Amino acid sequence: MRFWHKVIAITWKDALSGMRTKEIIFSVLVFTLLVIVIFNFAFGTSQEMMELVAPGILWVTFAFAGVLSLNRSFIPEKEQDCLEGLMACPASREVIYVGKMLGSLLFMLIIEVIALLIFAFLFNLPVFSPQIITITVLTTIGFVAVGTLFSALAVNTKAREMVLPILFLPIVAPIIISAIKASELALSGEPWSGLSSWLQIIGAFDVIFLIVSFLIFAFVIEE
Amino acid sequence: MEKPDSTSQVWAIEIKGLTKSFSNHLALRGIDLGVRQGEAVVILGPNGAGKTTLIKVLATIMNPSAGRVLIDGLNPKNDAEEVRRRIGVVTHQTFLYSNLTAYENLEFYSRMYDVPRRKERIHEVTAIVGMTSRLHDRVGTLSRGMQQRLSVARSLLHKPTIMLLDEPETGLDQQAISVLSEILQAEDEGKHTIIHTTHSLERGLELCDRLLILVRGEIVYERSRQALDLADLKQVYQHYTGIET
Repeated sequence: MRFWHKVIAITWKDALSGMRTKEIIFSVLVFTLLVIVIFNFAFGTSQEMMELVAPGILWVTFAFAGVLSLNRSFIPEKEQDCLEGLMACPASREVIYVGKMLGSLLFMLIIEVIALLIFAFLFNLPVFSPQIITITVLTTIGFVAVGTLFSALAVNTKAREMVLPILFLPIVAPIIISAIKASELALSGEPWSGLSSWLQIIGAFDVIFLIVSFLIFAFVIEE
Repeated sequence: MEKPDSTSQVWAIEIKGLTKSFSNHLALRGIDLGVRQGEAVVILGPNGAGKTTLIKVLATIMNPSAGRVLIDGLNPKNDAEEVRRRIGVVTHQTFLYSNLTAYENLEFYSRMYDVPRRKERIHEVTAIVGMTSRLHDRVGTLSRGMQQRLSVARSLLHKPTIMLLDEPETGLDQQAISVLSEILQAEDEGKHTIIHTTHSLERGLELCDRLLILVRGEIVYERSRQALDLADLKQVYQHYTGIET
């Protein structure tokens, strides 16, 4: 119980801090809107073309918006000199990892809901189907599981905002590709059985990287 | 030098052969030190002497490269959470979130430290540091002195028995330093074991039971308060550090 009590404290603190720091919410939202609008104009208004490119646009938007939001996981702690205060608390490093990960997950899911609304409006595609929602939630879990770890790794480097995407995006490429493929099938009306192999890859990625990140986070944050 | 194995007494802090290195740089070189319960030890030293590194290792923020640290007989390697529960840390960094209010910051830390009756304790510690009226102001709007007072309140929340103070007066004006000293001394009354690092010889002498000088990661000098006056200390400090005060 103590574990989750402290996890929730960190998530609550990050959520409250994120709401107050409006620049990050606005910058991520503006970025998301810009990407979707630019792609919308670039690929014209043909519904066939849209169905073809929509999954790619969707996940490029989520991936880069995700990098922006993951940057806010540890950088504010470092900039406000609070990371050491957090590390001096009687909580295991795993508590910090899970708390931070849930904070980033919450933030990314909010951004994704807004992005999907814009997407549905501009592209006229059924993006609020149970399949797309499942793909989005599962992929986002894997994305933030790895992203939180790399965010902690990047925070002690000088060019921390550049280091995160360079280190992190190659690692999450498999899950992003799987999400694009699964989304493509879902948008073309495939049943759940048609998506299952991609969902299994995403699920396996989630489990493996959640466990690995959970186990090695202490080494990353302490040195 | 008072080494931890020199007597059979109970040490609040026991350090043996503590070494900390960063790449090729040795920040701490085999430090041996014992601090008795209720004792106030002040560590003086120039920039880069290893004072902050020592505090960070004791606060379990950093792992030592070699050697052993025991806090109240507990090894931080095995009992990190219990050790952290006994320690209060005040540094020149406040560890406060500027876009949260003073209350929200204390609420967060009291949750992290499992403080019982959180609301009451928050009011108690803010009363100690004289900040009750600013409890719902965002930390970013407070002056540096007020933030540092709040940082002291944060460190007292969980009633620690050991206080680690790493140059808490940095960036404060004389008046704010006096207020901070008064708060720490009034709250302390011998209840805490204290390790306090500072650049100020005067303040160091005023606050200590025992005084050490740390130079390039080594303790080069140690005396009890009774055996020292300010003039002697200035001479000794200049001798070991080359810095005229």
